Amino acid sequence: MKPTTTAAASAWETVIGLEIHAQLSTRSKIFSGSATAFGAPPNAQADLVDLGYPGILPVLNGEAVRMAVLFGLAVGAKIAPRSVFARKNYFYPDLPKGYQISQYELPIVAGGHVDIVLDDGSTRRVGLTRAHLEEDAGKSLHEGLPGLTGIDLNRAGTPLIEIVSEPEMRSAKEAVAYMKKVHTLVRYLGICDGNMQEGSFRCDANVSVRPRGAEKFGTRAEIKNINSFRFVEKAINYEVGRQIEVLENGGKVVQETRLFDPEAGETRSMRSKEEANDYRYFPDPDLLPVELDSAYIDEVRSRLPELPDQKAERFEKDYGLSGYDAQVLTASKELAHYYETVVATSKGSPKLAANWVSGNLAAYLNRDGLEIGASRVSAANLSALLVNIENKTISGNIAKDVFAAMWDESGNADEIIAQRGLRQITDEGAIEQAIAGVLAAHPGQLADFRSGKDKLFGFFVGQVMKATQGKANPERLHELLKKALSG
Amino acid sequence: MYSETVTELCSGLRQRKYSATELTRNLLERIQAAQPALNAFITIDAEPALAAAAAADRLLAAGDAPVLTGVPIAHKDLFCAAGSRTTCGSRMLENFVSPYDATVVARLRAAGAVALGKTNMDEFAMGSSNETSYFGPVRNPWDPTRVPGGSSGGSAAAVAARLVPAATGTDTGGSIRQPAALCGVTGVKPTYGRVSRFGLVAFASSLDQAGVIARSAEDSALLLGVMAGFDPRDSTSVDLPVPDYRSSLEQPLQGLKVGLLKEFFDKGLDPAVETCLRAALEVLRSQGAILKEVSLPSLPLSVPTYYVVAPAECSSNLARYDGVRFGHRCENPRDLTDLYERSRGEGFGAEVKRRVMTGTYVLSAGYYDAYYLKAQRVRALIAEDFRRAFAEVDVLICPTTPTPAFEIGAKMNDPVTMYLNDIYTIGANLAGLPAVSVPCGLVNALPVGMQIIGGHFSEARLLNVAHRYQRETDWHRRAPEAYR
Repeated sequence: MKPTTTAAASAWETVIGLEIHAQLSTRSKIFSGSATAFGAPPNAQADLVDLGYPGILPVLNGEAVRMAVLFGLAVGAKIAPRSVFARKNYFYPDLPKGYQISQYELPIVAGGHVDIVLDDGSTRRVGLTRAHLEEDAGKSLHEGLPGLTGIDLNRAGTPLIEIVSEPEMRSAKEAVAYMKKVHTLVRYLGICDGNMQEGSFRCDANVSVRPRGAEKFGTRAEIKNINSFRFVEKAINYEVGRQIEVLENGGKVVQETRLFDPEAGETRSMRSKEEANDYRYFPDPDLLPVELDSAYIDEVRSRLPELPDQKAERFEKDYGLSGYDAQVLTASKELAHYYETVVATSKGSPKLAANWVSGNLAAYLNRDGLEIGASRVSAANLSALLVNIENKTISGNIAKDVFAAMWDESGNADEIIAQRGLRQITDEGAIEQAIAGVLAAHPGQLADFRSGKDKLFGFFVGQVMKATQGKANPERLHELLKKALSG
Repeated sequence: MYSETVTELCSGLRQRKYSATELTRNLLERIQAAQPALNAFITIDAEPALAAAAAADRLLAAGDAPVLTGVPIAHKDLFCAAGSRTTCGSRMLENFVSPYDATVVARLRAAGAVALGKTNMDEFAMGSSNETSYFGPVRNPWDPTRVPGGSSGGSAAAVAARLVPAATGTDTGGSIRQPAALCGVTGVKPTYGRVSRFGLVAFASSLDQAGVIARSAEDSALLLGVMAGFDPRDSTSVDLPVPDYRSSLEQPLQGLKVGLLKEFFDKGLDPAVETCLRAALEVLRSQGAILKEVSLPSLPLSVPTYYVVAPAECSSNLARYDGVRFGHRCENPRDLTDLYERSRGEGFGAEVKRRVMTGTYVLSAGYYDAYYLKAQRVRALIAEDFRRAFAEVDVLICPTTPTPAFEIGAKMNDPVTMYLNDIYTIGANLAGLPAVSVPCGLVNALPVGMQIIGGHFSEARLLNVAHRYQRETDWHRRAPEAYR
C-alpha cells in the first residue's frame, strides 16, 4: 500500500461525494410480492416479476414510497409532487429484464442536507443532491461452480434508496462521518436495518483532487460498492494518494470506475469512461408517475420520529451534556434509549450516566463486537451500579471492577458488591485506624513530607487504599489523612 | 354452426341446438383443414379445448353457465396462457410455455370461452403483413396470394375464414384494425388502459392495447365487456367501471357529429377505397349523423413519431431475451458476450432486429433529445389535435388502410413503404384513443374497412355507430368464397 499522507498532500485538496445505497426494510420487493428477507436459498424469493418473465408488469410498493418520503422529510429535502421511474438499460446476467427500474430526471427527493460533527467538535453541513428509489439487481455466484456462473435473483427487485451527496466532503474522515450520520438517520427512521455485512447499506465514493485554492474540480474516479466505514476511509485515502502521485508525476487522472480490494488495501480500475455503458435512460412506460399531494406528505411528516439532531439537542438541554457527549449518545436510537432508561431509573447525575454509557459500556460492547441491544449489562443493572456510586457505597474505581463482574457473569450490582464485600468504608474510626498503621509503617516518608515534600500525599493515599483493599471512601480518606499528617 | 356469430352461438348453445363439444370439434376440423392454405395458427390446442368444451357442456346442462360458456375463440400468440406455448411468432420463444395466464385469457376463460389455439402473428407484433412470423406468413382467406395484414393477421384470417367466431388481438400501431380491414371483419382497439396488458408480451408498452376481432360490432361489444376492466397487476390499466356495451348498441345516430379526417381523404388514398368510404358515410348521414370535415394538422407526423417511440420501447422490452433464463439459447456459448450475441442473433428475425437497433439508436446519449424527446413532444401535439377535434365532433372517421390487401412479398424489401401502411391507424395509438374498423365494401373482391375513432373511453359510442352501420349493411356478413 502506498503512503496516503505525504508532505505534498497539503498542496492538494480532496473532493468527495458519496452515493449511498440503503436497502429499504419493506417486507416485499419494490415491484413484486416476493419477500425480501436475507439468507434464503438461491432464487427461493424470486417470482415471475423478479425473473422478468414475458408479459409480466411491475406494480409499485407504496411502502417503499412512504419510506423514501420519510427520509426526504428527515433531511429537510423537497418531496417531488411528481416523480418518474425510468429504465436504466444494460445487459448483465443478474439483471433479469435487461434494465433496472430507477429514477433519473425526476427523483422523489431533491436537495436536503445532513449535519456532521467532526473530531474537533465543529459541525459541518453536507448538502444532498437527491435521493431516488430503485430496484436492486440479483447476484452472480462463482464459488463452488467451476467454469460456471450461478445467478441468485433473491435480491433482484429489493427496494433501494440511493442518496446522492454534493461533492462537499474534503477528507476521508468527513466522508465517514457523513456516511455514519446517514446510517444513524435511516435506522432512526426505521427504513433500513443498516446491516452492512448483508449489503443493506453500502456506498460508491466519487473522489478527486485539485490544487488547493483551485475552483475547477479534478477528474474523478468512482469507487464502487464499499460496505464498511473502515473500508470507505481506507479506499478514499488510498485513492487520494494515488491521484496525487499520478498528478505529481505529470500524469492525468482518468475518469473511471474502480473497485476497492480490502485485502490489498488498494483500489483497482474496473472500467474506463470509454468502456462505460450508455444506459439509454427513458421513462418506464409500465409505471405511472408517482404523484404525491400535500395531504399525503403531511401525513408522513406526522409520523416522523424524534431525529438524532433533535434528540442530541434535547440531551444537551435536559441533561446538561456537552455537544460531543450528546452526539455520541444519540448515534443510535437504541443507545439513546438505553441512556435515557439509565438516567430515569438511577435518578442520579445524567453526566455520570453519560460517562458510563459512552465510556465503560461502549468499550465493552466494542471489545465483544456487540450492539447495544445485545449488551450483557442491562440499563436497569447499570443504573443500580450508578446508585451505589452516588450513595457512596462504592467508589468509582471499585465500580469498574463491579461492572466487569456484571458483564462477565451477567450479575446484579448489589449482589456482587455484597458477595465480594466491596462496600466502601465510610466509618471514620476504621479509616483512622488504617491511616495510623500506614504512618507508623513509613516513618521516613512521613518525615520527608513534613519537611515539605507535598507530593508524598499521593503516596499515603495509595498506601491507605491498599490497606483497605480500595474500599476506603476517597473523600473521607483525604480529609482524615490531611488531618493526621498535619497533626 | 361455424358461420354463426358469437351472439348466435351463445343462444344456440343454451338452447342445446348443438353442444359445446360438437361445436369445438367442428371448428377444430375446420382449423386443421384450413391450416395448409392459411397458416392462421401457430398452436392448435385440441385436447385442452375439447376438455374445456366438455366442462362447458356440463355447466350448460346444469343451467348456471357464465355468458360465453362453450363459445370457441382463439388467442393471438402473445397472450400468455398457462400450460400453452406462447411464441410471439418468434424463434426466440419457439418453445416457451407460460406458467401463468394473461388477465385477458383468464377473464375469457372465467366467462366460459373455449380457447382453441394460438394464432399466427408478425414476430413480436412487429409488422403489418404477417410476413415477419418465424412460423411463416398467414394468407388472406379472400385471396391466398395476398397478406391478411398484421400483426394480428392470424386472428383476422381465422375469424374471416369462419375458423373461430372471434379472436383476441393486440394493437400497437393498427395491429387489430388493419388486418380486420384487410380480412373483412370487425376489429376493436380499446382506449389505452381499458384492457389489462398483464400477460400480454410487450412490444411497445405505452402503445400496446389488447382488443378483439369478431364478425360484428355486437359480438365485439359482448367480448370487450368480458375482457375490459381494471387490473391491479397492470399499473397503466384504468379503474373505471365497464359499461354494458351491448345496452347502447341500438341508440339512434340522430344528431351524431361525425368528423371526416381531412388529412386522410387527401393524397395516397386509393379512389376505389374512397368510394366505399363515401358510401358508408352516406349510410350514417341517412340515419341523422351530421358530417363535417375536420383537420388534425399534426397527424401526418404520426408515422415518424411512432417509428421512434415504438422501437425505443421495444429495444428495452426485448432486452430480457438474453438466453439466460428462458427462450432461445445458442449452443455452446464461448463466453457471456457470445451467449448474448448468438442467442439474440439466432432468436430474432430481421424486422425485430431492425427495430431493436433503431430503438437503441434513438435512446443513445447524444441522440435522445433529437429523436426520443422530440417524438414525445410531437406525440403530445397529436394528442392535443385529437382533443381539440373531439370538442367539435363525437367521432372521427377515415379509411382504416389506404389500399386493400397487397400481395405477399410486395413490400417486404421496403420497410418504409410497409410502415406507411399504418398511416391511418397509428394516431389513435399515440393518443391512446379507442378505434374500431368495420368492413365497408369490396374493391376488386378484396375487403376494405372504415375506421371510427372516438375520445378516451368512448367504446360504447364507437360500437353503437358501428352496429347501426352494420344494421343497414351486409359487408360484415360476407365471407370469402372458399370458407362460406
